[in-house]
Amino acid sequence: MAIIRDIMPAFELFQPATTEDALNLLDQYGAKAWVLAGGLDSFDWLKDRIKRPEVVVDLSQIKELKGIKPYEGGGLEIGAMTTLTEVVNHPVVKEKFALLAEGAESAASPQIRNQGTLGGNVSQDARCWYYRGGWKCYRAGGNICFADTPTAINREHAILDADRCVAVNPSDSAPALIALEAKMVIKSKAGERVVEAEDYFIGPSIDITRMTVLQPGELLTAIRIPATWAGAHFYFEKIRDRQVWDFPLVNIAAATVLTGDKIEKTRMVVNGVAAHPVRLKAVEAQVTGKNRDAATAEAAGQLAVQGAQPLRYNAYKVPLMRNLVKRAIRGVEEPTWAS
Amino acid sequence: MGIVEWAKSPWGQDVPIHIFWYLIWVSAIAGLGFLVVHAIWARYFAKEEQFADGPAIPPKSLPERVARHSFAARAFHWVMAAAMFVLLFTAFLPKVGYRFAWVEIHWIAGIVLIASILFHIIHATFFMDFWSIWPDKQDRADAVNRLKLMLGKSAPLPRRFAKYPFENKMYHLIIVLTGLSVAITGGFMIFRVRTPMFGRNPYLFGEMTWGMMYVLHGLAGVGLIALIMAHVYFAIRPEKIEMTKSMIFGDMSREHYLEHHDPARWAPVPLAKAESAE
Repeated sequence: MAIIRDIMPAFELFQPATTEDALNLLDQYGAKAWVLAGGLDSFDWLKDRIKRPEVVVDLSQIKELKGIKPYEGGGLEIGAMTTLTEVVNHPVVKEKFALLAEGAESAASPQIRNQGTLGGNVSQDARCWYYRGGWKCYRAGGNICFADTPTAINREHAILDADRCVAVNPSDSAPALIALEAKMVIKSKAGERVVEAEDYFIGPSIDITRMTVLQPGELLTAIRIPATWAGAHFYFEKIRDRQVWDFPLVNIAAATVLTGDKIEKTRMVVNGVAAHPVRLKAVEAQVTGKNRDAATAEAAGQLAVQGAQPLRYNAYKVPLMRNLVKRAIRGVEEPTWAS
Repeated sequence: MGIVEWAKSPWGQDVPIHIFWYLIWVSAIAGLGFLVVHAIWARYFAKEEQFADGPAIPPKSLPERVARHSFAARAFHWVMAAAMFVLLFTAFLPKVGYRFAWVEIHWIAGIVLIASILFHIIHATFFMDFWSIWPDKQDRADAVNRLKLMLGKSAPLPRRFAKYPFENKMYHLIIVLTGLSVAITGGFMIFRVRTPMFGRNPYLFGEMTWGMMYVLHGLAGVGLIALIMAHVYFAIRPEKIEMTKSMIFGDMSREHYLEHHDPARWAPVPLAKAESAE
């Protein structure tokens, strides 16, 4: 079905120098336009001829979308075209928001992080191979999920919040941004809107053909991280098949404020288990005010996986997620946790 | 652009997957166009309705209020109407840009619709005058005469209606076809989503059968947009409001009954008596 070719298909390429020009182009071409950030997700789609945009709007020449600058009250504003390497190496990110640095650093390989952008990492499409193989599944506008059939190979797919489509969100930076209460700045010709990172990602129940709230004509221009969680205790862990570089099977990002061993407040987000990063609100509520100990972690782990519905080959994600939550509560990687 | 969108199955077959969604707008615009044309015709060109035999003589037992719909029939109508509106909004609002979690609401409303249809079939078959809603020979003859008169040709005046006017019967017939199409296909489509009722089974039918089912569901669904628009429009038209009230309160005035209905074709009874007869 998917025909891999060495050359790009024909499309009209625009390389605007300003955000305004980019928005004009996106407004002009609407759904016919494809937004190109680092290109690491896009080039697969384009070269495989699965997505056939008439127009590609390359954002690489827009300087105002790059860089990290202070944001009100000790936070940061990160341009959507800032590379993951820049995010990882930024001194303030490392000092105050190490959770994001860890998440970004766990994505892919050094070469890919040099090219890949934060905006691209959070806006990338699902990795389901049926979908990316060009099958006309729900996510591609069809009427079936090939990954959710009795004979499907669905080891990497969703255990939570599946609604017809069982693809998962593959981003490593997304759960960190949600845990840090980041805000996504979205611009279009109609103006600017700022949405919580938690609301930026949508599941198939809301729109089965999209991973984010971005509509044709809209552009993610920046990500704002407030100072709310600066310097908190952070925990990030990513489980993948290949340690060299791979997409997450499950990852977890947690920000916790402690008084002694008591959990004052926490935000915990898991990705790779649903079509959107899953914030564990019930777990957060349960552990707040409790001591950070094995009993709290055990109860939190049990609660986190309630409602999970594994498919034929991905039941392992249930104990995996449960154990990651336990470890995030404790704030340590303890390989001796029993499943 | 066409009616049906096709895709390649994993076995290389061309299979239909659903209708093109621009048909939502085609149906909505067609429905709106019909309302506008009818409203203009009714306001400026329609002649007063005339019937043969002059005013019917009421039987001595003719009550002041004539029973038309039992409580059970009215309850079915409004439950079905609520389910239908929920189904239409949850089906088509996401397609025109309003994003929300619609699937669960949709299949729950679908089950309500299926249950209400099953109730109605049993109720109408065993507890109501089953044939009263189906067009009969007299209806067809009168419809031809009315059409001739409307076109300015000579024809005998039509008789008054039985319980339901010919237009009601035809509308019911079309709703039966479209409603059963969406209900039966939708019932099977519930097997494609996760519900607490039974396990998913996407292999219940082959790709082609599923595709045809989605197409039929879509075509009947978009057709219902125009049909429901027309239904609501006629329900609020002044000359039909008495019938609409009867669907709320169960009965209609003796005057309206005498003006439009033929006691020989539909014997009147008071509402209380009609209810107890059921």
